Amino acid sequence: MIISQNKPFEEILGFLKNSEKIVLTGCGECASACNSGGEAELIAIKAKLEDAGKQVLAFIVPETSCNYLLVRRDLKKIKESIDEADAIVSFACGDGVQTVAKQVKIPVYPGNNTLFIGEVERVGKFSEACRACGDCVLGLTGGICPVTRCAKSLLNGPCGGAKEGKCEVNPENDCAWILIYEKLKELDQVYKLTEIREPKDFSKIAYPRTLNLRNSGGGAIK
Amino acid sequence: MSMLKTALENGEFAVTAELAPPKGTDFSRALQIAETFGDRVHAINVTDFQSSTLKASSLAMCKALIDLGLEPVLQITGRDRNRIAIQGEMLSAGFFGVKNLLALTGDHPTVGDNPGAKPVYDLDSVGILQAAKVLASGVDMSGNKLEGSPSFFLGASVTPEYDPIELQLIKMEKKIKAGARFFQTQAVYDIKTMEKFKEMTKHLNTKILVGIIPLKSAGMAKFMNKNIPGINVPDHLIDRLKNSNDPVKEGIKIAGELIVELREKNLCDGVHIMAIGAEENIPLILDEAGL
Repeated sequence: MIISQNKPFEEILGFLKNSEKIVLTGCGECASACNSGGEAELIAIKAKLEDAGKQVLAFIVPETSCNYLLVRRDLKKIKESIDEADAIVSFACGDGVQTVAKQVKIPVYPGNNTLFIGEVERVGKFSEACRACGDCVLGLTGGICPVTRCAKSLLNGPCGGAKEGKCEVNPENDCAWILIYEKLKELDQVYKLTEIREPKDFSKIAYPRTLNLRNSGGGAIK
Repeated sequence: MSMLKTALENGEFAVTAELAPPKGTDFSRALQIAETFGDRVHAINVTDFQSSTLKASSLAMCKALIDLGLEPVLQITGRDRNRIAIQGEMLSAGFFGVKNLLALTGDHPTVGDNPGAKPVYDLDSVGILQAAKVLASGVDMSGNKLEGSPSFFLGASVTPEYDPIELQLIKMEKKIKAGARFFQTQAVYDIKTMEKFKEMTKHLNTKILVGIIPLKSAGMAKFMNKNIPGINVPDHLIDRLKNSNDPVKEGIKIAGELIVELREKNLCDGVHIMAIGAEENIPLILDEAGL
């Protein structure tokens, strides 16, 4: 899931300095789960904007704000409001904001900061687990990602910076490499740590990345 | 030829001293201190933005030392440079006549004085060693031919008090495979630590320089115990510092005694002295150690 969080309200108001009539959009997927762009949040934000003297003409929560066609369908439903509005604020992830922005002729502002690809540990608690590095190493590391969970994304084992199993960068975080070592010990796979891992080939993950399955018959292993 | 390498290969007790480049353009104090080491150290190990703090670069300081007839060890971390910059630094070092190189992961930028800096870590310490090794063969990491290639006596670091130690040993072996010929350790204060570590590493064909940080006060010892990973100053040393009228002098004495004991018991191949801002005391430590 893409974890996002509302921007400070003052920052959003800053975007809207010269806009009176506003449309709000959210997202029915990740941003709803993060309480940053579901219906309840948009209702609350609408009230705050109105208190600040803005007119909120409409709000929608597209099923998936990063799906171009679904967003197009939902924007059509509020076409009149969009035609009248000065600006849209999108409370989706950064992708969802751009999916809206490319379909309208008025400014679209982000209402959220997009934080990370994360796991829902429990309701309201998220942690970063994958950085979409394009070349998954989990098979060598006991299912624990060093690219994400080691602050230095080290591939060949820990730095000397762990203290009592915690990371030097943030002592609330476990040292990923100690977790990996303990897990591989359990799995009887410590031998996987002894081989040198070559530096990552970043040319393979130069962004922006695209994937097109339309001519290849799908994404499954052939 | 690296004097450090020659000393270690001849079984001499090697001594290196760590020295940081200045934060600014005035190298005079650092170079004056370096000259006081004279031929009492085999090499001067120049830090690479130590603790993620901005300073002049290690390479500039290494070049200045070479100009004074002193032998430097160039430290390179993976924190600030990608593989292009790291290999470029190595070629430049080769041109300047740097013979020794120490590969380190590098502290994270957030612990330093420019905490908003983007961390790089394109190469880890193993990758840096691999880069040095491949350049020595006449090509770069992508196999492109070089016009002249550098050759370094390669080193790396290890933390003997790391928990779990097996993990440090696995990485240490990878560093050896990648070309490391010597190791310098995190600061050690307890002779038992090195007795255990010597036993655990006896199967490895490498040279070990034990890290020595002279203590300046009981407060410093307690601070390091609390905050610096892999450092453990025993209570009896903290008491000695506490009860001393001149804790700096006592710290120098403690460091000297440890070096003597390490040497007598043959627990290492040399020492690496990190005086962290009190480099002028390094000759005094060597006096205490009879070196």
